[in-house]
Amino acid sequence: MTGYHLAQLNVGLARASTDAPELAGFMAGIEPVNAIADAAAGFVWRLQDGDGPGATGLRPRGPDFMVNMSVWESLEALRDFVYRNGPHLDFMRRRREWFHRMAGEHLVLWWIPAGHMPSLDEALSRLDLLRSAGPGPMAFTFREPYPAPAEPVPAEPVPAEPARLS
Amino acid sequence: MIAVLDDPVRRRLYDYVAGQADGVSRAEAAEAVGIQRTLAAFHLDRLAEAGLVDVSFRRPAGRTGPGAGRPAKLYRRAAAEHQVSVPPRDYRGAAELLAEVVDVTGAEPELQRSARSRGAACGRLARRQAPQAPDGDLVTGALEAQGYQPYRDGADFRLRNCPFHVLASRYPPLICGMNLALVEGLLEGAAVTGLEARLDPRPEECCVTLRVSEELPSSKTNES
Repeated sequence: MTGYHLAQLNVGLARASTDAPELAGFMAGIEPVNAIADAAAGFVWRLQDGDGPGATGLRPRGPDFMVNMSVWESLEALRDFVYRNGPHLDFMRRRREWFHRMAGEHLVLWWIPAGHMPSLDEALSRLDLLRSAGPGPMAFTFREPYPAPAEPVPAEPVPAEPARLS
Repeated sequence: MIAVLDDPVRRRLYDYVAGQADGVSRAEAAEAVGIQRTLAAFHLDRLAEAGLVDVSFRRPAGRTGPGAGRPAKLYRRAAAEHQVSVPPRDYRGAAELLAEVVDVTGAEPELQRSARSRGAACGRLARRQAPQAPDGDLVTGALEAQGYQPYRDGADFRLRNCPFHVLASRYPPLICGMNLALVEGLLEGAAVTGLEARLDPRPEECCVTLRVSEELPSSKTNES
């Protein structure tokens, strides 16, 4: 194992509020799917807040802007959970029932020193970097992954950009 | 290369080998197709030369060391994907572009609707052609006609091959969702009520599984 872990941020614009019937299927699925993640091989950490299941209480960029963020030991571990787990794959298949399509990327991956706990601001600045500059070693996607760095990197090397709502 | 499959006996051998989960011996293949073992060996080796099947060797179980006998030659569907088109066409490139557009425009519900209708048409056709067929046989035949390789797993059916493998590995939720809708449509069109399609991915297989429907006592729910 390298001295790096993989951080993941996923954002979505909800079609309704979390207590609306339109989002009932999503809200009902959060806890079971998170439980699968917690038990998955290579899982390290995920963002939670005390207000609602998972990170559903956080709204960093507007009332409908929802996030989830987690840390994994490797890209393969995360990929196995995201794409090769039945309940999670089924959850993703239904995402358009619950979330609007967004202009720009909705998922960003980046490497962090093992043990570092990424902040939501750090994660959002990585998403902004991906959206403005495209995939690179500092912010990338499943479709165009970059290997973990050979040298240690500072935890927050990305300058914050103005928030971009989409 | 695909001319290798022109011979009908060889084609049947290939279909048999391709439908098996593990490597098969010359004797097993010969018996399945109903030909002599030497003839099967000849054709299987031509298939291996063409890269359509992979070859491995296995000693008979429980025998090791000198005098254990020659290891059996086993044939298995090649892992590599072959696509042949004469004259050249680039459907894969077009499919990847279209998938990307569906992905970025969020048109997945429309894709799933279209897939369901297409599956339903296949299911209706299969039912018309064999109105009296048992559901399991009917579904198996209809899926095979669509490029799947269904096999029984207890009372359920699994699909050995993903017909959209390259696309599915690039756009998993999109293509697996389309795939699920196709198979659900097929079941509906064929009026098969005893099976339901579920996403249950396994390495190297199709993400869709057909499970025996659970009898729900009252109203049906979609939540899991």
